[in-house]
Amino acid sequence: MDGATKTAYLRPLDVRHGRVDLSHGSGGRAMAQLIEQMFVRAFDNEWLRQGNDGACFPLPVGRVVMATDSHVVSPLFFPGGDIGCLSVHGTINDVAMAGAQPLYLSASFILEEGFPLGDLQRIVESMACAAREAGVAIVTGDTKVVQQGKGDGVFITTTGLGVVPEGVQVAGDRARRGDAILLSGPVGDHGVTVLSMRANLGFTTSLLSDTAPLHRLVAEILSVAPDIHCLRDPTRGGLATTLNEIALQSGVGMVLREDAIPVRREVAAACELLGLDPLYVANEGKLVCICPAERAAAVLHAMQANPLGSGAAIIGEVVEDARCFVQMETAFGGRRMVDWLSGEQLPRIC
Amino acid sequence: MKYVDEFRDGKLARGLTRALHAAVRPDRHYRFMEFCGGHTHAIARYGIEGLLPENLHLIHGPGCPVCVLPIGRIDSALELALERRVTLCTYADVMRVPASGRMSLLQARAHGADVRMVYSTLDALRIARAEAEREVVFLAIGFETTTPPTAAAIRQAAALGLENFSVFCNHVLTPAAIASILESPEVRKLGTVPLDGFIGPAHVSTVIGSQPYEFFAEEYRKPVVIAGFEPLDVMQAILMLVQQVNEGRSEVENEFSRAVTVTGNEKAKALVAEVFELRRSFDWRGLGTLPYSALRIKQAYRAFDAETRFALGYCPVPDARGCECGAILRGVRRPTECRLFGTVCTPENPIGSCMVSAEGACAAHYTYSRGDARRERRVS
Repeated sequence: MDGATKTAYLRPLDVRHGRVDLSHGSGGRAMAQLIEQMFVRAFDNEWLRQGNDGACFPLPVGRVVMATDSHVVSPLFFPGGDIGCLSVHGTINDVAMAGAQPLYLSASFILEEGFPLGDLQRIVESMACAAREAGVAIVTGDTKVVQQGKGDGVFITTTGLGVVPEGVQVAGDRARRGDAILLSGPVGDHGVTVLSMRANLGFTTSLLSDTAPLHRLVAEILSVAPDIHCLRDPTRGGLATTLNEIALQSGVGMVLREDAIPVRREVAAACELLGLDPLYVANEGKLVCICPAERAAAVLHAMQANPLGSGAAIIGEVVEDARCFVQMETAFGGRRMVDWLSGEQLPRIC
Repeated sequence: MKYVDEFRDGKLARGLTRALHAAVRPDRHYRFMEFCGGHTHAIARYGIEGLLPENLHLIHGPGCPVCVLPIGRIDSALELALERRVTLCTYADVMRVPASGRMSLLQARAHGADVRMVYSTLDALRIARAEAEREVVFLAIGFETTTPPTAAAIRQAAALGLENFSVFCNHVLTPAAIASILESPEVRKLGTVPLDGFIGPAHVSTVIGSQPYEFFAEEYRKPVVIAGFEPLDVMQAILMLVQQVNEGRSEVENEFSRAVTVTGNEKAKALVAEVFELRRSFDWRGLGTLPYSALRIKQAYRAFDAETRFALGYCPVPDARGCECGAILRGVRRPTECRLFGTVCTPENPIGSCMVSAEGACAAHYTYSRGDARRERRVS
């Protein structure tokens, strides 16, 4: 072989000891290698393999939903998940909350110089696994590297596309007086789990993050009740903030029953200790469904039949209230407001 | 949760509600002040006011540590963080209180100051040990509950010979604040704040005991019932106060007997006495300058006193115009009687300190009670 036809030797990525350096974001060979050996290998699909700047794909007929979500969680790895699967689930869920079937994702990475390639590999594999399980393809992406100290390991932004089945009309402004409010399971697991990992708090729990893709649960709900009004996943700001958002969008009030809202004992105990309210703590695998009262039983049944909704409950109802207040009958027997979250309860939870 | 759920039981609450309604005499009003912000929070959060008879009124007291901290002291903390470039550690709520120029510690952080939220004094100590090159100041606030941990931290810092750690002490005393309310013209002479008794502090009393309140019961003929922070504690204490009023008694009673004794926590008191001494006077937000109402660090531990180390001065700053925090802290006004409440002053954008802390009367009212028709009717 003469020099002109010989392929230059490229040392394989040293995943065990290697670290991200500035060349991995420079657009040169090192970046191409990272993309090829790390991302394309893990996410493997026909669109990525084509190696184009953008992915070109057909979409089924219908209304298309697009959602995007950035992930900055700290720590990157936590019981029950990591920033990788979280970034896939987060965007799938945003697409699913429009009643859509998620189909494609993009993934954009901001890496900090010095970040261990081994950790990156774990994260990328976790994303690949989450996408495969959810039946969604990561079809395009981007990688940038910032100098040490200018980032915090890795930030991931994902964007998702999905298509809404015909006849489904789910939106935050469709809650109506008399509607039932359903919750798919206990609240606060993700937030408390991540918080328990923070070095300065020094408490441990047996809790796992609830991070999970909810689109199949949504499809099952829609199959028994295609006329549900609202779906939303109570992530940052928790259940309380999500319900306030819907109340405001729909111009209605809500009355919840505190004793109907499922909260795990560990979450309740940790919140008690830290002065937090579980209603404001983030979830990554729960949804709120608002539907006509006569559909509530069917929706509840459908939710409970899915492992991701096994702890589902009807937690309250939509009422007329021009002030758009969310109120709660306390387990104690009184009544109080459930206000928007004010300030930042837990920074960088997702 | 064991030892918590029992004190939040709805069935027992209904029984207590019935007992309360049966106990109050229809021909008079009952007005009780809950001194502590912890009680204010519990009352709002569990919707207790809605369970009370129409002629029983609760008046929020000044026992919210963040609320009574005067703006001038926060200005000093801001000076430490922004100009002296220290690492300032403090409890979360303090970070959001707006000081001069609407600047808060949280905003100072956005301007590059190193302000850190800690859950305990030990966290601040740990930071000082780990970052020996940083000058670490713990901004200490609170009543008798939070004083012993500060004392412990100072003593430990002395034992470790930590040279980069100091405490900006703003610890205040409950009995002084109660005395100030009872001596205020509104209560004593004008009768604009008729007070029939106090719900006594929970955690403070675990440290100081029930004894210090006996003076108020005797001298001012006001019953005091020390109550825990759980909602059933509060209901039970209110019932005990009603019974005292009905029977013409003014005694100190202890509903929180599972944690509070007559003399309190001797070990904690000794620790505090070793490290702190009385200040001749201290400026309180709302209550004014009160003699012997706060603590400062003793000479023996002066090396850990941030006020000395950084030669901090104190410059009194008036409340923002229109802000009624002062009157609200004295029980003279209710939050909804402030023109700023819920309009320009909200938890997202607080003007006064009572809107900052979850224990503040305004924040508790805004967050939990705005939908309560009964209370809205009462104030209009």
